[in-house]
Amino acid sequence: MTAAFSPGGAPAGPMLQVRDLHVQIATGRGTVRAVDGVSFEVPRGEALGLVGESGSGKSMTLRSILGVLPPTASVTSGQIILDGRDLVPLKQTDLNRIRGPKMAMIFQEPMSALNPVMRVGAQIAEGPMLHQGLSRAKAAERALDLMRRVGIPHPERRMRSYPHEFSGGMRQRVMIAIALACEPEVILCDEPTTALDVTIQDQILRLLARLCRESGVSLLFVTHDLPVVAQICQQVAVMYGGRLAEYGPVQDVLHDPRHPYTLGLVRSAPDFDNVREALVPIPGSPPSLISPPDGCRFHPRCKFAEEDCQVVEPPMKPLPGGRATACLHYERTIESLEAERAGQLDPVDLQVAAERPDEAAPAAGSAP
Amino acid sequence: MSITAGAGDQFAPTGGALVELAPRPADRGVQARRATWYKNPALMAGLIITGIVLIAAIIAPLITFYNPITQNLTDALQGPSAAHWLGTDQFGRDTWTRLVYGARLDLRIAFIAVLFPFVLGTVLGAIAAYFGGWFDLVIMRVVDVVVAFPFFVLLIALVFVLGPGARSIYIAITLVGWVSYARIVRGEILVAKRQEYVLAAQSAGLSNTRIMGRHLLPNVISQAIIYGMSDIVQDILAIVTLGYLGLGIPPPAAEWGSMINGGQNFLSTHWELTTFPGLAVILVGLGLSLIGDGLADILRPGQ
Amino acid sequence: MTAPEPAGQTAGSGPLLTASGLSVTFNVGSAFGARIRKENFVLRAVDGIDLEIERGEALAVVGESGSGKSTLARALTGITPVAAGEMIFDGRKLAARRRGRDRRRIQMVFQDPYSSLNPRLTVGSMLSELLKVHKVVPRSEVESFSRELLNLVGLSEEALPAYPRQFSGGQRQRVAIARALALRPDLLIADEPVSALDVSVQATILNLLRDLRAELGLTLMLISHNLAVVRHLCNRVAVMYLGRIVELAPTEELFSNPQHPYTQALLAAIPTLEPGSWDEEPAITGDPPSPLNIPSGCRFRTRCPLAEQICHDQDPELRAGAASAAHRAACHFAFSAAGAAAPAGGAGQD
Repeated sequence: MTAAFSPGGAPAGPMLQVRDLHVQIATGRGTVRAVDGVSFEVPRGEALGLVGESGSGKSMTLRSILGVLPPTASVTSGQIILDGRDLVPLKQTDLNRIRGPKMAMIFQEPMSALNPVMRVGAQIAEGPMLHQGLSRAKAAERALDLMRRVGIPHPERRMRSYPHEFSGGMRQRVMIAIALACEPEVILCDEPTTALDVTIQDQILRLLARLCRESGVSLLFVTHDLPVVAQICQQVAVMYGGRLAEYGPVQDVLHDPRHPYTLGLVRSAPDFDNVREALVPIPGSPPSLISPPDGCRFHPRCKFAEEDCQVVEPPMKPLPGGRATACLHYERTIESLEAERAGQLDPVDLQVAAERPDEAAPAAGSAP
Repeated sequence: MSITAGAGDQFAPTGGALVELAPRPADRGVQARRATWYKNPALMAGLIITGIVLIAAIIAPLITFYNPITQNLTDALQGPSAAHWLGTDQFGRDTWTRLVYGARLDLRIAFIAVLFPFVLGTVLGAIAAYFGGWFDLVIMRVVDVVVAFPFFVLLIALVFVLGPGARSIYIAITLVGWVSYARIVRGEILVAKRQEYVLAAQSAGLSNTRIMGRHLLPNVISQAIIYGMSDIVQDILAIVTLGYLGLGIPPPAAEWGSMINGGQNFLSTHWELTTFPGLAVILVGLGLSLIGDGLADILRPGQ
Repeated sequence: MTAPEPAGQTAGSGPLLTASGLSVTFNVGSAFGARIRKENFVLRAVDGIDLEIERGEALAVVGESGSGKSTLARALTGITPVAAGEMIFDGRKLAARRRGRDRRRIQMVFQDPYSSLNPRLTVGSMLSELLKVHKVVPRSEVESFSRELLNLVGLSEEALPAYPRQFSGGQRQRVAIARALALRPDLLIADEPVSALDVSVQATILNLLRDLRAELGLTLMLISHNLAVVRHLCNRVAVMYLGRIVELAPTEELFSNPQHPYTQALLAAIPTLEPGSWDEEPAITGDPPSPLNIPSGCRFRTRCPLAEQICHDQDPELRAGAASAAHRAACHFAFSAAGAAAPAGGAGQD
């Protein structure tokens, strides 16, 4: 898996590169292959969305990049290259030195990611003091400035507040401030707006987009919400069963997919702007990551599957326009799309999954 | 609006094809849990130890050869020998025999004694948590009062008032011991009653008794059971202590506490009279605690 | 057809459920402590709601956190006590503490499939308990009726002896729906039924709800924060803010011609598959006020671009415009030129 997907190829090379990453988790029931050969790039100053449902491996990918995997999980092979440097072989102390200044993370649940007994200003200032050796006064100044930038009203007063005194949206802003404090080059976001109301989500997304534009920070944005990805990311990678299904510019992938799973996702989600006659779900459940199906992970559920899909592990095949797909027969996806647009498909045919999907594989053991 | 025709994970119009989704056969998780119970070292060790003592107590007539109560002064204070494995006490009674019969007495009383506080405390705790308001206020204040007294002080005072004997022990332990169960169960139910399946049961108009008995208690009882394990140990100690203080089962019954008491005058010459009952208490306590540990591991919520 | 039809004679005309002046309040902390902190002791989660649910319709109640929509759902179902107001169901007033028959007719499906089923009961025992306690069918028919219920929601009878942990999230929601239908209700209230499910599974539950409506003539009240789901499933929408309904209209009318500034902001904030334009300001700034401290007059005025003095003084009523009685909004500037705003993105382009 060596294809470079960088569209147009930024001159300085991508900010973050993940190459053939494998992450496994040891459990009582067997080894969970949470991430099973994933490669992608985050170009400088751009946002890449990592989209998938539960059990797709997107959160584990993120955590392995940041180096905060649970103790039973480990990166078994692959490379994570941040600004030219491979993070995988690094020891914890070296990783810590790189993490703060270069990488930061925003979590889904701000209340559990913020220290409840530490004042907010102190939490924002902690990073710069530790990683950049700023004095307390200077760090406090930066914290104040950041709180202003992220739009927290009355920052001078609120610096001394505790996290529980903030609302959910405000806490998320605090998290963003903490993430920006050491002036990182990449921010990893794990479903940062899933728990927020839609109007607050709108504010936070705009804030993130603006901050990234202003400071040139790259974003790796993990979510299951297709419209959110469409709003904030330029590129998107769709994950399924621990592998990549498809990759490319976000508008292309979502409106003109090249993988049956992506097609299924798009068809099953209600779109506000486009009320279809029927929502077409993807029957069946995600594959077991302990004993995944041979060949293509999606083949047990796929209506377009052929014999080779059951045996051959499909490689990422580059397509024009900076896209790539892991489907051996992606032309059938294209056909289905065209037939749908021409109005020639019955609701049943819109389904991407087979009639009686194999239910034998329990969903237990899939990593979040 | 078209009804998406049935296939896979779809709703099929009535009368048409059914059988889309079957649940997964007994989840590997459940099987795994059932399998691990006999792999849990604490649980197995505890079961073995307690099991040995229990079996010994049950087959007491088969492994002992003397009468535990009759005195036989000619054989008094003999050391361990082939005839008397652990020697005899000052009244000529075989120590091994009294040890084994003491197990019968102490274990039986302890197991029964833990039952009443368990039931009383669970019921009161559940009522306090589920209904809240005045029930909670009153019950919890009573708990506070009882807890303010040290366990043994209250116990001894009660037994003293009620007179020696098994019955007073049951009453005293019940009156003092229910509070821990009440607190545990109350805490669990306060959380559990907010679960949506309880709301669903309420919206379906099920009676409160039914909700408490069928929906809430089975889900919270495991914590009380685990506590009960350590409570048995505490009850054994309490009974033994009462016996040692002369407030427990009156002599000449073979009971570990009174055996320890009786032997203390002979510590320098016949230390075995006190030591072996003491070791027995320790052994049983260890076994039960291990069972409690093992259960806590297995019953811990969230596999 | 032996499928469970809604029980009770709803042969009458008129709305199925009418709520007038409904209020639900909670006491927060202690009265004394609140006075020290100079805060309100009483949280008015639902603050005087008048609502009618027509037979056979699918009404959506949308709002954000703190709007009171879940509390409203629970009050209508009868699991949260009502502080004021009354509810009339099928012509009869609902008593404060509902008895058997009244209980059955309004049932609820909850949000979290993982905590809405008792982990210790098999699906079969869950259903048979309800059927027996309410004597929905004779004892001898309990099992066959349970099987029919499961079939109705697309589960096979193998589900009967199974425990909830053996099911996936989507399947659990089906069980929850089957449980709600077991009592043959007339009104099914679904509180965010798909929010906790994966995207591809949401469709199955949404389709199921839609088909059940058509099949059983069920009346549906859907609580959701996801307007795309609402647009797909419901024919009428009520928008709630801080305990009040601020706008009420048929679905397409609401999305193409929103009259209340909050609705307009809500619609503008929805992410769509089209690329965003980041140069615009967010649809709405700031946080909603705490429900403990509801602003005087119009409760939305603290975040409203149109706020004037009258908004501070007078609480606007939910009233209809001249054009249509079905579309009502609680804004002093609704249905006038000052309140008009661009229609929500995409609406009206179908």
